[in-house]
Amino acid sequence: MTVQTKAFGPREIEERQIIRFPRGVFGFEHLHEYALIDSEQPPFYWLQSVAEVQTAFVLINPYMIKPDYVLDVSPADIEEIGSPPQEDILVFAIVTIPSDDFRGMTANLQGPVVINRKAGLGKQCIHLDAAWPIRHRILAGASSRGET
Amino acid sequence: MLILARRTGETIVIDDTIRVSVVEIKGEQIKLGIDAPSSVKVYRLEVYEAIREENRSAASSAQIPKLPNILGEDT
Repeated sequence: MTVQTKAFGPREIEERQIIRFPRGVFGFEHLHEYALIDSEQPPFYWLQSVAEVQTAFVLINPYMIKPDYVLDVSPADIEEIGSPPQEDILVFAIVTIPSDDFRGMTANLQGPVVINRKAGLGKQCIHLDAAWPIRHRILAGASSRGET
Repeated sequence: MLILARRTGETIVIDDTIRVSVVEIKGEQIKLGIDAPSSVKVYRLEVYEAIREENRSAASSAQIPKLPNILGEDT
């Protein structure tokens, strides 16, 4: 199917790239279907709303920027995506890139996005450990809007 | 909104299985004890609001910068 994307314009998407978020993501509860797309700049990915072209999130693998990151979310969250085995769970952090200076880009480690890749089901969770920052600076030594 | 008055040590029960007790009252701070099945998620409201706010910022993110090996940069 063809999906209108914010980053690339119309793009051909395979069925397995379509991820359903039954509860949406926080603040975007009305959107339930996204396409998971490789960006042209690894290690980033796009989570593009199928219904709303202007709603797209940049994702990154949190373990790549924070090797000691541990996914600890409510078992109820994992049930919501069908309780897949560990190897079928993809974990992403949503990235915020300030328009004035990309060096301040941050990743949300407090609200990870988990995806059951076999079932194409996704969910934004809240980490049980409140110490993981909502704005974790991705580029070390760069200025940012602050970390918390 | 239902408003109930409770004293230290008293509890309310929600939906038969969730118990919220007033553990301690100290000035403006109240400590609540929450007993709930593991299927019930309990978070502070501020966390939801902060994540919702951050998602909105993230959705209006600039494009991914076109730089090779961006994570390899020191500054």
